[in-house]
Amino acid sequence: MALKIVKGSIDRMFDKNLQDLVRGIRNHKEDEAKYISTCIDEIKQELKQDNIAVKANAVCKLTYLQMLGYDVSWAAFNIVEVMSSSKFTYKRIGYLAASQCFHESTDVIMLTTNQIRKDLSSPNQYDTGVALTGLSCFVTPDLARDLANDIMTLMSHTKPYIRKKAVLIMYKVFLKYPESLRPAFPRLKEKLEDPDPGVQSAAVNVICELARRNPKNYLSLAPLFFKLMTSSTNNWVLIKIIKLFGALTPLEPRLGKKLIEPLTNLIHSTSAMSLLYECVNTVIAVLISLSSGMPNHSASIQVSLRSIQHYLGLLAMSKILKTHPKSVQSHKDLILQCLDDKDESIRLRALDLLYGMVSKKNLMEIVKKLMLHVDKAEGTTYRDELLTKIIDICSQSNYQYITNFEWYISILVELTRLEGTRHGHLIASQMLDVAIRVKAIRAFAVAQMATLLDNAHLLTGNTQRNGICEVLYAAAWICGEFSEHLEDPLSTLEAMLRPKVATLPGHIQAVYVQNAAKLFATVLRGQEGAPADRTVAQETSQLLIDRLPLFVQSANLEVQERASCILQLVKYIQKLQQKDVEVAEEVTALFAGELNPVAPKAQKKVPVPEGLDLDAWINEPPSESESEDEGRKPKGKAVFAKEESKHTKPRYTEVDEKELAKRREVRKAEQANNPFYIKASPSSQKVYQDGVGVEHIPVVQIDLSVPLKVPGMPMSDQYVKLEEERRQKDKADKKKKDKKKRREKGEKGRRRKGDSGPESEEDITPAHMVDITTEEMPENALPSDDDEKDPNDPHKKSSKHKKKKQKKEKEEKEKKKKKKHHHHHHHSDGAGDESVQNGNVEEEEPLPVSNQSSSIYSMCDIQGNLQDGSQVVVSVIFENKCDSFIKAMEFNVLDSLNSKLQRPEGAGPHDGLTVPFQLPPGISNEARFVFSVQSIVMPQKLKGTLTFIVKTDDSSTHEKLDFKLHFTCTSYLITTPCYSDAYAKLLESGDLKGSSLKLEGVSQPFHHLLARICFHHHFSVVERIGSCASMYSRSIQGHHVCLLVKTADQTVSIDAKCDEPGLLGNVLDEIKLTFSQC
Amino acid sequence: MQFMLLFSRQGKLRLQKWYVPLSDKERKKISRDLVQTILARKPKMCSFLEWRDLKIVYKRYASLYFCCAVEDQDNELITLEIIHRYVELLDKYFGSVCELDIIFNFEKAYFILDEFLLGGEAQETSKKNVLKAIEQADLLQEVRHHLLHSNCAFLSFCA
Repeated sequence: MALKIVKGSIDRMFDKNLQDLVRGIRNHKEDEAKYISTCIDEIKQELKQDNIAVKANAVCKLTYLQMLGYDVSWAAFNIVEVMSSSKFTYKRIGYLAASQCFHESTDVIMLTTNQIRKDLSSPNQYDTGVALTGLSCFVTPDLARDLANDIMTLMSHTKPYIRKKAVLIMYKVFLKYPESLRPAFPRLKEKLEDPDPGVQSAAVNVICELARRNPKNYLSLAPLFFKLMTSSTNNWVLIKIIKLFGALTPLEPRLGKKLIEPLTNLIHSTSAMSLLYECVNTVIAVLISLSSGMPNHSASIQVSLRSIQHYLGLLAMSKILKTHPKSVQSHKDLILQCLDDKDESIRLRALDLLYGMVSKKNLMEIVKKLMLHVDKAEGTTYRDELLTKIIDICSQSNYQYITNFEWYISILVELTRLEGTRHGHLIASQMLDVAIRVKAIRAFAVAQMATLLDNAHLLTGNTQRNGICEVLYAAAWICGEFSEHLEDPLSTLEAMLRPKVATLPGHIQAVYVQNAAKLFATVLRGQEGAPADRTVAQETSQLLIDRLPLFVQSANLEVQERASCILQLVKYIQKLQQKDVEVAEEVTALFAGELNPVAPKAQKKVPVPEGLDLDAWINEPPSESESEDEGRKPKGKAVFAKEESKHTKPRYTEVDEKELAKRREVRKAEQANNPFYIKASPSSQKVYQDGVGVEHIPVVQIDLSVPLKVPGMPMSDQYVKLEEERRQKDKADKKKKDKKKRREKGEKGRRRKGDSGPESEEDITPAHMVDITTEEMPENALPSDDDEKDPNDPHKKSSKHKKKKQKKEKEEKEKKKKKKHHHHHHHSDGAGDESVQNGNVEEEEPLPVSNQSSSIYSMCDIQGNLQDGSQVVVSVIFENKCDSFIKAMEFNVLDSLNSKLQRPEGAGPHDGLTVPFQLPPGISNEARFVFSVQSIVMPQKLKGTLTFIVKTDDSSTHEKLDFKLHFTCTSYLITTPCYSDAYAKLLESGDLKGSSLKLEGVSQPFHHLLARICFHHHFSVVERIGSCASMYSRSIQGHHVCLLVKTADQTVSIDAKCDEPGLLGNVLDEIKLTFSQC
Repeated sequence: MQFMLLFSRQGKLRLQKWYVPLSDKERKKISRDLVQTILARKPKMCSFLEWRDLKIVYKRYASLYFCCAVEDQDNELITLEIIHRYVELLDKYFGSVCELDIIFNFEKAYFILDEFLLGGEAQETSKKNVLKAIEQADLLQEVRHHLLHSNCAFLSFCA
């Protein structure tokens, strides 16, 4: 009815217009596809007509169908026809259709270039407008290139309507055709100050988007944007500008300082949440870039965070958490509340935050809350997420926050009650890990696991593919391996051999069978002690003989094999038992020995057997020319290496410089593309600069003569410190009532000796200290300090304490040495009690700073800057050894005429440099300072001071530390490989002045001696023949230093040549010093 | 902004605007995925979600969902404001807009959107200016107003 009325009232021009189509589709809900296919047929007919109005109508309908998901790409050409209509009505429809249907691969786009150009220059601004709008959707690189100029002209159009569109579309053009950016940029910048606010905001938009991709280039615009930010009232523009600043601050910390104030003002004044959020985000970015906290400002963020929507607040908090964990921790309650939120994404965010927030103090509380949520949670995915998070939180940084492992085991056991989780294996691996590594917990763990095994039917439950049964794998293994802790091994054994076990997955059954045998051994041993129970032992054997055949029939090969093995064994034992032979001893021997975890670094610690040189070539190194010919094919010819090398050698000399350069390029490209090629770290391999092929670099064999030894404290002692900390904490917390009462039982018996002091009486918390057992190391491995470099190392903290203590003790002794001699790690005196770093020493030359204060320890390396012959970089490692917070460190050096500390522009010659970080107790950090050096001929000593503020709870004191920096001539040398031809040429050239040195009474082997020179004085061996070797090095200013080292009867003579005699003399003196010290 | 989708509670797409070049196939897949994800969310849930490497911001107005995809660093809250501003514009233009207005005049809805956003960036923050531009462009087009009116009559009948 209604349709008729409508139809009647319309003066219908077309067969079916868009409205009819929509209506039709709505009326044909059942056979929509069929209806649409007839419509498409009609449209095809309409498109064939000449009347542009009919065509436009058809295209309009197609646009609608396209949205519904029908393919209309066949009509692309018709769309172009409609676009080129001279009437705005049709043009508008055409461009709309094009913007909806065209994409980069639409080939008719290239037909549109001229049409678009014509429209862009149309006198009617709306023609230009639709063309720009359409173009923004389907611009291709070709269109961008061809039309960039036209659009650029439009940026200065008289009408703001066009200017604004043109400015915005330029962004798309830049993306497609980056070359247009350079010529267009000045005009774009002009638009930032356009009188029309719309154009201005468009320009801000575009520049902000560009800057986000490459902030560096837009730093120069910062003042302009700063002006805009303080003057603009348009929130849309403000947000963009503030976002831009967020991208710029990491590059320019000074900008951050300037921003903080206006941003905090905005935070307090604005009512727009979006602007507030953007400000907070940028403030966070600023704080991160400044790295030094500004407590008062972060407080203001706190306030604003509460008001922002939950999700974004959490998001922002997670950003703050990275730098200012303290300020987020105070919101724990709020975050825990978010766990109750209906929205899963909010809950997940909150979980992420919790991960970063836990500490020893609050871990139990947080996990308890999480466990409650696990019970409540609906939907397995979320529950699984919770489960993994609980485990992540607890196990993070090597169980750092767990003070009571019994508690953790109970948590794990509780988690097994979860139905249908996929993470059974995760729980299982945690159980294994804890039980293996924490010795003190084993008895408790075994008891819990035995209960689990006994109640296995609860876990396996109804579904077969239940992931939780993985836990039984761990349970069975733990019970078997640590069966000596079992109270009633027999009943556990019985539980492990129940027929129901056969329904478990194969790999679990296999563990069951194996560990049943272990338990059997334990049972036997327990019973043979009491002869009255002889029958029980025999019954146990019978039990196994009865039950094992079930496993022998298993379809799983592993289970079958183990079961039949053990079955035969038990049968044999039974025979012996019947003859009253004592077998327990032998059976136990089957499983003797403790399985300990292997330390992650164990492999590294295996000492290299004497006489094995891992760096030596087994065959002759493959020659360069050959690899050129054959590419990366494996070479069978290696056997004939000798022959090869003979005739490849002369070939080198024939290749000219150009050819070499070409080859080098080729090879570099090849290496860059080869994923298997391990790129050398820049510090370990310096490029020889004389334009000679790298292929000439000889393989230098550096074997470090310094023994790897650590002051001889046993490993377990490291925990003494940890324990102290814990006791202190406990004292503070003792008033808190213990929440986990159920774990009190049995706790006294297990308390370790260390805890049984007077404190233990008042110590209510059951948190007995649990050691993570010493991990297994290969025999005669030499533990070394470089463990410390591993951030995940569980022993890191404590070993640091240890080291520090020793340092304090030795300070007096060392100080003297240090002043005399700068090679800190050469002090490996006979007692071997100096720590040695053996990983990173090739290039670095630590220079200890003699210092009086006990609160800071610093150590520095001086290293030449290869790029700039007059610069030396000094890296100083500051370590806070006191218990207080150290901040506002300022590093200053009294410049000499020759060496100057490089200070930022505008700073006076006596101003100190602020060290860009603060040091919480026990933390160390590294700062770098650049010195410019004019002459490198003489060694230099620079006096300096470090001022800092030591902040304790109630006061802060200003302290000062004097030190000396010793720039030796050696530190200006850079290990540079040299090949013998070039070396010979260098010596022949006659530019070098000679000097020599004799060392008496050197008893070390020649190769040690060479290694020492290489290592401490940055030389490389060019050639070595018998007890004679030539060595080479280069200074940062390009002086060549050549040495000829000979040895005979404990006398070493060094003939040296250098183009700078002064430098040479000093280097030789330093070498002499090195050897006089050892 | 990468794209904007409008869809009904039944999951029918009502409007789509893509600011990144994607093939039809990809577009279809993305919109299908998103429509499903968003419709499955409960009313009290957060308006933002992370999806692939994008952030999705959506809001429901009556029976219509407005959904935008923005990049990682973009501000979610301003995207919400963009959605709201667009709804206001539609409202002003159609006079208390309803889903049917957008279905039957979908090209108008696109024109308004194009005046408001260009290439995924807000080009005009003033409502007045956007509407003025649309009105003037409409004047250029030979609109037969009675057509519009008759539609309205029909719509009210249907409703």
